[in-house]
Amino acid sequence: MIPPVGDRGEAADLAERLGAGDRAAISEALNLVDDRRPDRRARALALLDGLERGAGGAARIGLTGAPGAGKSTLLDALVRTWRGRGETVGVIAVDPSSQRTGGALLGDRIRVRAGARDPGVFFRSMAARDRLGGLSDASRAGMVVLASVFDRVVVETVGVGQSESDVAGLVDTLVFVAQPGAGDLLQFMKAGVLELPDVFVVNKADLGAVAERTRGELEAGLGLGERGAGAWTPPVKLVSARDGAGIDELADALDAHRRSLEATGELARRRRRGRDAFVEASVAAEYGRFGLAALGGREALRRRVDADPDASAFALADALGREIEEALRKRGSGSA
Amino acid sequence: MSPSSPSRSGKDRPWLFRTYSGHSSAEASNELYRTNLARGQTGLSVAFDLPTQTGYDADHPLARGEVGKVGVPIGHLDDMQSLFEGIPLDRMNTSMTINATAAWLLALYVATAERQGADSRLLQGTTQNDIIKEYLSRGTYVFPPEPSLRLITDMVAYTVDELPKWNPMNVCSYHLQEAGATPVQEIAYSMANAIAVLDSARARKDVPDEALPRIFGRLSFFLNAGIRFVEEVCKARAMTALWDELGRERYGVEDPKLRRFRYGVQVNSLGLTEAQPENNVIRIVLEALGVTLSKDARCRALQLPAWNEALGLPRPWDQQWSLRIQQILAYETDLLEYGDLFEGSKVVEARTTELLTEARAELERVLEMGGAVAAVENAYMKQRLVESHTARLHGIESGETTVVGVNDFIEGAESPLTAGDEAIMKVDEAAERAQIERLEAFRRKRNAKEVETALANLRDAVKGSANVMPASIACAHAGVTTGEWSDTLRAVFGEYRAPTGVVVREPESASEATEKVRQRVHALSEKLGRPLKILVGKPGLDGHSNGAEQIAVRARDVGMEVVYEGIRLTPEEIVQSARDEGVHVIGLSILSGSHGVLVVDVLGGLREAGLADLPVVVGGIIPDEDAAKLREAGVRRVYTPKDFDMNRIMDEIADLVGEAHEAG
Ligand code: B12
Ligand SMILES: Nc1nc2c(ncn2[C@@H]2O[C@H](COP(=O)(O)OP(=O)(O)OP(=O)(O)O)[C@@H](O)[C@H]2O)c(=O)[nH]1
Ligand SMILES: [Mg+2]
Repeated sequence: MIPPVGDRGEAADLAERLGAGDRAAISEALNLVDDRRPDRRARALALLDGLERGAGGAARIGLTGAPGAGKSTLLDALVRTWRGRGETVGVIAVDPSSQRTGGALLGDRIRVRAGARDPGVFFRSMAARDRLGGLSDASRAGMVVLASVFDRVVVETVGVGQSESDVAGLVDTLVFVAQPGAGDLLQFMKAGVLELPDVFVVNKADLGAVAERTRGELEAGLGLGERGAGAWTPPVKLVSARDGAGIDELADALDAHRRSLEATGELARRRRRGRDAFVEASVAAEYGRFGLAALGGREALRRRVDADPDASAFALADALGREIEEALRKRGSGSA
Repeated sequence: MSPSSPSRSGKDRPWLFRTYSGHSSAEASNELYRTNLARGQTGLSVAFDLPTQTGYDADHPLARGEVGKVGVPIGHLDDMQSLFEGIPLDRMNTSMTINATAAWLLALYVATAERQGADSRLLQGTTQNDIIKEYLSRGTYVFPPEPSLRLITDMVAYTVDELPKWNPMNVCSYHLQEAGATPVQEIAYSMANAIAVLDSARARKDVPDEALPRIFGRLSFFLNAGIRFVEEVCKARAMTALWDELGRERYGVEDPKLRRFRYGVQVNSLGLTEAQPENNVIRIVLEALGVTLSKDARCRALQLPAWNEALGLPRPWDQQWSLRIQQILAYETDLLEYGDLFEGSKVVEARTTELLTEARAELERVLEMGGAVAAVENAYMKQRLVESHTARLHGIESGETTVVGVNDFIEGAESPLTAGDEAIMKVDEAAERAQIERLEAFRRKRNAKEVETALANLRDAVKGSANVMPASIACAHAGVTTGEWSDTLRAVFGEYRAPTGVVVREPESASEATEKVRQRVHALSEKLGRPLKILVGKPGLDGHSNGAEQIAVRARDVGMEVVYEGIRLTPEEIVQSARDEGVHVIGLSILSGSHGVLVVDVLGGLREAGLADLPVVVGGIIPDEDAAKLREAGVRRVYTPKDFDMNRIMDEIADLVGEAHEAG
């Protein structure tokens, strides 16, 4: 069993304010879960643990695709549509950080204007920090915070291939946005983008034939792939984020995917897999091979994770981390 | 002693002398124009205020603090008529710096001429009407690129027959240099821009093939001339050659007269300094030489900024001093008595060829990615400009580029020329109120039915493919306002936000000073628990983005996480971003003179949001007196152009964040 963690009192207070939709609290919570100071981490852990186990309703969507494919413009259009349907939306936009300086230019808001004055939309940009093109460590935490407040949470990241798997572990529905003319079938397959996404979007339909062709390539490629029989067949949606064409249909397709996840029980399995992957990755990232070995290896770690299906990813990672530290300390003092 | 006279025989006719001006109200600007004409100015150059340029009425919330500030507010036909009261338009040559709302201002101009009883076929002048450079530099765009291009083409198609002496568009390379462009970028991007317009005109059904050469002949350019004036001579010659070539090869223009490269100039202002401002006069003179020395590539019209450019708006006397420069150059010197001074010069020829070769290659690159519109949308051109500007500033900071009085030769005797608060034009704070009252009175007296019908017709024209000009002129007569005309187009076209261009490559290596600040920022970030995050915000209608862009890029380079969302945000939007993004500090950049209202609004908003402790710094054109007021209101630091050392600025920002952290 995982022992209760952190400073429950303050976390509970913040959680309550979040529950009331207090906008300042959302921002404070996001700052807190990003904070690396030890005392804050404990508090953050308590908050996240509570939120993750409590939240479940929000639809979590990931948007990936090549730079300039139109992800932000598409997001802007989707946000408008969702708002029109009465749903609230939280957004996390991840931009690359400089490997050398650690600095980052977070410019993504420039096109997402739908929510400028709308309390039903919240936008936080994040730097990818030490991860190449993928997600910052704070992304999952941010996702969990926003999911406790909004009907939908969207994470936008740049990248083809690499980052999909990162995002896939985080969301219920992964959307890949393709740039018309970006490549032929072979290139899509090589980049490995055909396997994970649940919905494919060919944006910039207004460019005409070239967009149609890309849709054809993708559809052909998906036909070749192997996905479990009876499972969800990823649709390829042709849209123009700029003109708004096809956006309603795309929103419907996202809903349909969500319904299918719920109906098949895949939603719970998927979130479970995402949780497990996060725990494994964060233990590996924090403590390396030595750390894993101290726990008895990867298999042992997996067994530990499996044994606790109800714990939050954060609490699990934290508990395992403390165990590793303990083991290393003992070993250290033994040999000294 | 011979009296100066523009018609002296044996001499070339001089270029047009213009002064870019307008402020407060139509009446006040009219008075200014008449005085300037009486003093020997030979053409008019109208500066509009930002609400007029971005299509808002004076009583719109976004116009707050901006009405009559940096130019004249024109809200309707009455304003336009007052602006040209006593100035017969059929005998005037008027240049209007107007872009997104150019079709509307031209409609008001035509309607004014009609009410003066003038024949519109005699109207002479220019609407700047270049939207591409608005996205890249000038910032008064409203609509997305494609509908904007359509508006330009409508005006080109309309004027070629109805206003045959009018220049419907001035292709601007001027503003590119002001945003940091190199001469090669200036040439390549402005040519790409002209090609976008000409190609779009060629593709239009309502433009007959035989009109294309005439349209080509009506396009004029607006160039910059910087302090490297020998190179500028070569640049103008290179553009003359390239334009001729384009006319011949791409558009089949046979008549050489129609292929002539006609251009006006405003000399460089970006290099005019706040420190030792008197030196600017010398810079302006030298820059004027760059576009007048070579007869074969001489400008047709010239505007000179004033010595106090970096301090604030010029007063009439400051503008007069600059006009005198032109008069002395044209009438006292022997410049206009000779043929081209550089014909046969190997040096000039070689540099010209170099510029041409590089510019052709860059132009080719832009055309390959789909032309100017595509290269706006994918941020290619904007990013190149930001990069060039970063390089320019690195040169000044490192001392590689000498700027007298700024980074070298700083010590000197006190200047008897008053610099500072008394040495600039103060716009009457009551102007905004008065303009709003005028607008309200105008709305009351017009016929609502007529306005409605005119707007409905305009909407139909805009939605369909009819030329917007006739419907706009009808709107002008019916009493439509600038805001109403613009809203009608916004509803159909939508609004656009251009890429900021700041996501540019990092410099290969950083200077020692940058490295030092970076270490400091990293250490501070550890203490903060997460990386120092800064919001760089541009409130209001101000489009001056250079400073904000360069501050954003430098903040990134010293290891900060930077949120920069581009120009034209409201104070509320900035406050909301600051909170939602969880930043440690806010930096506002304002150069349009509206800092008083906007900064106070941001501070108020922060207090309401419970963020009173968030440190706020402000940069831009802020007179000392105002800086003191801002500090009193709670602003922690104020920066102006003389603070060219951006590492120092970053260091001080880190100080503030550190202090706020300790205190919190
Ligand atoms: C370049 C320039 C332009 C370019 C702008 C290109 C661009 N994308 O930025 C162009 C040609 C487009 C332009 C247009 C106009 N301009 Co202009 N322009 C200038 C000029 C010459 C230089 C400004 C500049 O870019 N400097 C270089 C940058 C790097 O310096 P900076 O912004 O000052 O930033 C430094 C500091 O101030 C500080 N800083 C600035 N911001 C911030 C923010 C933070 C967070 C921090 C920490 C520091 C900081 O740090 C920087 C580094 O040293 C100034 C005069 C001058 N010499 O200063 C006039 C000036 C600002 N322009 C002026 C005017 C009136 C206009 C127009 C409005 C004219 C008109 N009526 O149409 C137009 C319209 C622009 C618009 N949309 O708002 C006036 C403003 C008058 C006033 N304040 O009362 C000025 C002062 C000229 C004058 N004397 O008349 N302009
Ligand atoms: N023609 C067309 N252009 C579009 C469309 N959607 C986006 N664009 C353009 O594509 C460019 C990139 O758009 P963004 O939304 O910033 O793309 P992004 O994928 O978020 O880009 P990054 O975040 O930088 O990776 C912009 O110039 C948009 O105007 C569309 O539907 N049609
Ligand atoms: Mg994006």
